[in-house]
Amino acid sequence: MSKRKSKDASLPVGECVSQVQRIMRERFCHQKLPDKPYGLDSQYKHLLELLRRTAVHGESNSVLIVGPRGAGKTMLLRCALRELLELQEVKKNVLQVHLSGLLQTDDRIALKEITRQLHLENVVGDKVFGSFAENLVFLLEALKKGDKSSSRPVFFILDEFDLFAHHKNQTLLYNLLDVSQSAQAPVAVVGLTCRLDMLELLEKRVKSRFSHRQIHLLSSMTFPQYQETFRSELTLPDTFPDSKFSQEWNLSIKKLCEDKSVEEILQKSFNCSKDFRSLHLLLLLALSRVSVSNPTVRAADILEANRMSAADSKANILHGLSILELCLIIAMKHLNDIYEGEPFNFQMVHNEFKKFIQRKSHSIHNFEKPVVIKAFEHLLQLELIRPVDGGVCKVQREYQLMRLMLDHTQVMEALQRYPQCPTDVRQWAVSSFG
Amino acid sequence: MLAGLQCPGYPEAKLSSVSERLPCREGQAGTLLALMGEPEQYCFPSIFIYGHRATGKSHVILTLLKELEVPHAAVSCVECVSAGLLFEQVLLAMFGSESATLLPRSPSLSDFVRIYRQFCAQEPAQQTRYIVLERAELLRDMEANLLPGLLRLQELVDDNVTVILLSEIVWDKFRPNTGCFEPLLLHFPDYTKAELLQILSLDSNPSYSPELYSSYINILLGVFYSVCRDLRELRHLAALNFPKFCEPLEKGEAKESDTHKLWRNIEPHLKRAMQTVYLREVSSVQWEQQQMEEKEATALRGLSAHAHVELPYYSKFLLIAAYLASYNPARTDRRFFLKHHGKIKKTNFLKKHEKTSNHLLGPKPFPLDRLLAIFYSVVDSRVAPTASVFSQISSLVTLQLLTQVGHDDQLDSPKYKCAVSLDFISAISRTVSFDIVRYLYDFL
Repeated sequence: MSKRKSKDASLPVGECVSQVQRIMRERFCHQKLPDKPYGLDSQYKHLLELLRRTAVHGESNSVLIVGPRGAGKTMLLRCALRELLELQEVKKNVLQVHLSGLLQTDDRIALKEITRQLHLENVVGDKVFGSFAENLVFLLEALKKGDKSSSRPVFFILDEFDLFAHHKNQTLLYNLLDVSQSAQAPVAVVGLTCRLDMLELLEKRVKSRFSHRQIHLLSSMTFPQYQETFRSELTLPDTFPDSKFSQEWNLSIKKLCEDKSVEEILQKSFNCSKDFRSLHLLLLLALSRVSVSNPTVRAADILEANRMSAADSKANILHGLSILELCLIIAMKHLNDIYEGEPFNFQMVHNEFKKFIQRKSHSIHNFEKPVVIKAFEHLLQLELIRPVDGGVCKVQREYQLMRLMLDHTQVMEALQRYPQCPTDVRQWAVSSFG
Repeated sequence: MLAGLQCPGYPEAKLSSVSERLPCREGQAGTLLALMGEPEQYCFPSIFIYGHRATGKSHVILTLLKELEVPHAAVSCVECVSAGLLFEQVLLAMFGSESATLLPRSPSLSDFVRIYRQFCAQEPAQQTRYIVLERAELLRDMEANLLPGLLRLQELVDDNVTVILLSEIVWDKFRPNTGCFEPLLLHFPDYTKAELLQILSLDSNPSYSPELYSSYINILLGVFYSVCRDLRELRHLAALNFPKFCEPLEKGEAKESDTHKLWRNIEPHLKRAMQTVYLREVSSVQWEQQQMEEKEATALRGLSAHAHVELPYYSKFLLIAAYLASYNPARTDRRFFLKHHGKIKKTNFLKKHEKTSNHLLGPKPFPLDRLLAIFYSVVDSRVAPTASVFSQISSLVTLQLLTQVGHDDQLDSPKYKCAVSLDFISAISRTVSFDIVRYLYDFL
């Protein structure tokens, strides 16, 4: 294999697989930027034009990118910034400030971060001096002194924009948007959020200063497009060192896309969600099964990956319960059936369980009450049952009211899958009203 | 066996030594290794591993990371009462001691990310770094932005880092309101009975044959499997009761082949162990001592036997009165406590309006007046309503035998509930020779 033929060096299989893993993992895990955002052309053009006007002409703008999680908001923005920064005059000129609502949880921290990222004069080493008010005044002074022609434009990029709206008085948002409205240093405020009702969260004065430009990333992908994305995500680029291997790989991917069972799975996951993240998750799970002995993605890998990602986690947990705990769950199910979802306490469950033991059971011997309590508390720990009033009230633990956090069907399905379930327990579960 | 653990980029010898240390977990370890990929490749930003207690979640992941010498930080969230402690431990494990000293006094996630980035720029990741958080369900109770922040840490610090969360609770209970970066879910299934047998048989006693030990484990599982599947608990019980199992062999009463005889000897002992040691009524030390001295197992009084409280005479009656007031409906008081009650038809009285008894629903609150009225009726002698009687009521509250309901008013008609069990109150009423069952509506 390693014999060097023409100009293409053909690498050993192990090396090729390792290269494939590296490239694909960068795509799926590290969210490597694609060359061009796919299916978002108009939004991309809009955003790019907006940012360009700020960078080149010194126009102040504010824009909100709205879309559900995993719809490609960050990708869109980063692509636009990448293309913009390729221009030499822009690259020298523009300053960027990246903030995230998860990190900058209040305005003080956010302000420190802004001064740090702008490398302002009062920063010595890594420490920021001065109080919050001083910092704010200083920053506003610095922004106010600038004007359209002379000062460098600043991009403020606020990730998780909705979390900034929860800050006290929305001071930061107010000041940023105020700067963007008045003739001061040119700024572009770009917010990224997943909340469609974002504007309702803003205060009136903040809202009035916002330009109400919104870019919506609501996916309008159809199933053929989804399949196409699936194919392109798995395709190796032309720059792959071993062209023979990459051709074979790409061919096998093409074949994989035509497979009926794969199409079925894709249809299923398309019906669940259209975002890229869940697709990436599925693909990573399939990719992790690619190895030297199995150098392509097969339909079986996709099937297995789908089985792993679509598993019902509560059913998995129910599978590992002991017989006694399962019996308690069935007793709770019966109580729910009889009293129509009223909360229950341990005494009632125990009473129901005792009735079953006395009347019907031959396989389960009688357990002491403390043993049953221990099993009940294990269920509580697993959060399969939950106290009604948050567990703060001072009642004895036997009389604390609980609710079952499981569905009727979930219980029955768990019972079907339970290994070596005694027949009388199963019959008890099926029989209505205990 | 080796087929499960193969991954390029790690030395073969280490992989095989790892797989020997993970009995019955080759599948999970193989999946994890495949997901981790080669050391320098990217891994998914966050992996959420769930499964029952003692299914080897932390054991597998920590053995893998330690043996393969992958840079990692293992933190238990129980120890981290504040987020600052968590950040400190992670930075210490990743970049050494000078990084942790840079954290300000009460650090926010922003400080952590800033310092991480600073050090990461100095020494960029050659290999994927892992942060393992055990008992991750406690992260939900910390600041709201911590869990979503950790889940997308790879994006925030822009480094090759993966956060692994371990928990017993399913992911559905973790998801924050506005959503977050969804982690990769990995389930560790419970051990089957055969697997439990295999694992428990590993630590056999050198002075006996392994077959004997596995037959002992078989008996132990026969008793405990329907109640408990926790490997750690079973292992503890196995270690505690093994000397008792070997007793007939040492005395020469039985041979190793007399399985039936050995079973007859140990089975009642194990059943007693379920009611005592398993519930921690009797500590393991006590249990071992008792086996050495060959006392009868029930001779030992457990923890709950000590629940008996010595109370003053009137306090006992006050408690009895409180119990009666809590568990009897008020309309039956005339019948129970008045000497010359008017005519109440017996049939009418006995017709129970509530279907379920009060001992199922729990105690009902009652006002102070009713408590005192019942108290005077059940005490034979004349009691003056002195300060001491009222102070005894409030001291019963501080002893948590009574609880006060609704803190609206301390003086004017406070309401109480009785918080003791039926066994407790019958023990108390026996000491003052009062037949409580005769006065309880539920038992008529």
